[in-house]
Amino acid sequence: MKANYSVRSRKFAVSLLISRRAFWTTVFFALITIALAIVSTGMGEMKISPAEVLKALLGIGSPQSALVITTLRLPRILVALLVGGAFGAAGAIMQAIVRNPLASPDILGVTGGASVTAVAFITIFQSASIFLLPFAAFAGAILIAFVLYLFGWKRGLGSFRLVMIGIGLKALTGALVTIFIVLAPQILTSKAMIWLTGSIYGTSWTDVSLILPWFLILLALASICARHANILQLGEEIALGVGSRLSRNQLCLMLICVGLTGAAVAIGGAIGFVALLAPHIARQLVGPSFGSILPVSVIAGSFIVLGGDLIARTAFAPLDVPVGAITSAIGAPFFIYLLYKNRGR
Amino acid sequence: MTLATKQLTLSYGEKPIIENLDLQIPAGKITVLIGSNGCGKSTLLRSLARLLKPVTGAILLDGRDIFQHPTREVAKQLAILPQGPAAPEGLTVFQLVKQGRYPYQNWLQQWSKQDEQAVVQALQATGLTALADRPVDSLSGGQRQRAWIAMTLAQGTGTILLDEPTTYLDMTHQIEILDLLYELNETEKRTIVMVLHDLNLSCRYAHHLIAISNRQIYAQGSPEEIMTEQLVRDVFQLDSQIAVDPLYGTPMCIPYGKGRKLAQRTAVPQY
Repeated sequence: MKANYSVRSRKFAVSLLISRRAFWTTVFFALITIALAIVSTGMGEMKISPAEVLKALLGIGSPQSALVITTLRLPRILVALLVGGAFGAAGAIMQAIVRNPLASPDILGVTGGASVTAVAFITIFQSASIFLLPFAAFAGAILIAFVLYLFGWKRGLGSFRLVMIGIGLKALTGALVTIFIVLAPQILTSKAMIWLTGSIYGTSWTDVSLILPWFLILLALASICARHANILQLGEEIALGVGSRLSRNQLCLMLICVGLTGAAVAIGGAIGFVALLAPHIARQLVGPSFGSILPVSVIAGSFIVLGGDLIARTAFAPLDVPVGAITSAIGAPFFIYLLYKNRGR
Repeated sequence: MTLATKQLTLSYGEKPIIENLDLQIPAGKITVLIGSNGCGKSTLLRSLARLLKPVTGAILLDGRDIFQHPTREVAKQLAILPQGPAAPEGLTVFQLVKQGRYPYQNWLQQWSKQDEQAVVQALQATGLTALADRPVDSLSGGQRQRAWIAMTLAQGTGTILLDEPTTYLDMTHQIEILDLLYELNETEKRTIVMVLHDLNLSCRYAHHLIAISNRQIYAQGSPEEIMTEQLVRDVFQLDSQIAVDPLYGTPMCIPYGKGRKLAQRTAVPQY
């Protein structure tokens, strides 16, 4: 059995090498996630069997379950998939460019930056179009990324140093968010709080259409840049040596990462640790090649948010716990484990 | 292809490391840079591979400033293996070597027939075909270094620069790596430029030796011509005797210092 499939088309000047293991892992993991999505759609106050969910999706189910599924449940499931996928991709990209397994947009404060501007946007411009929210989140994320770049990045990027700076930035953004919430009118406060912990409660088709274009475009760009990320993993000198335009590629990848983070935060709130966990799961499954990590990390992110949300809304029913609380409960101990494992680096 | 420097000055921060250096790398030969720690030989090597921008002067690739060539085109002519490179955990030899094809690829064309051929050949030349699917971090030091060399080979360049390729390797693996580079030069006429610490091995493998001292070239030429006790004293601040390698006839540097001395031996070689 060959370890790789090579795909070549002379007509379109396209050629690709796909690892057999990565390919089947991706397919298998995607199927599991889809299955979970279908089961999850059926779970809730009104239980619907997976078969009935499938029927409804195909438009041949009973009108009653079709209503519950397509208008109430499906947007939430899709948003979970998209937000999780965006966090997963952002985490994979971040870890590739800074060559640091402890890095992720939430640990380094990029998610926090997105939260600040998003909360500011919600509380200050109450009447502005909701479609501008991702841009607001993006602006905050990019500001933090820039600060990280100035302080930590260009000087060796020692794992702990960068993480320390990130944690500092995260605390700062946390403080700013609190200030904005305190200053906001009272009706907005509880809404902002729930959004902050990371919740996809009460999402609608508007949310799906908000995040979908960002997700698709940025993921396509990330796939195009995959080989640049791959070479970056070997270190800056090797990358320069083989002719990579280093600064340009790092900047492009960083912008993609920040964009994905901003979009995910704008819709799902600061769902913690997904961006950290997903690439680690991917690496365990398919090894360190970025071309393989990216899709698996997207799926892993989707899986975590979807599963987390399922737990969040069923385990404590009738309460609807924010999904971020669940992901953080899993993610925080894992982060401590990573810190322990990487000590002395 | 020719590689040269013109009035090259390099520095880290304020401190000049290399000053006003004119150098011509002989094509198709093995060139070894020697010098004491911190003399700037690694810095010079890195600048030859455009990893470091000169303060003044230039690196000339085919007579033109290397920074005026598109970096991708430079990467097709010249490869560099920096000191102590690290592969991500779990990366296989094959995945590593494949990355050497970066300058030939774009986002649509990522695994052409030529890419495949070059990778297969590089694995063969370094004797790693059987280990292709093993993670790099599971290999021995010598095998690991061979994997990195295979990556630079896959780059298909006429010139390869290596920064201390034998550091941290035991003697067997040092010889293994140097033999491999020697073979590459002999059979494929690749130009090889490297920094080495071991003077005796430098003298054995180098056609051209360049001794760096005081931000300048102290001497250059064939080891037989330039390797003298005076050179070792001036470049390394070490007293020594230059003998003849009993196996190869190349110069051999025997340093003075402290140590056990056996009474029946004299300072003159017995053979």
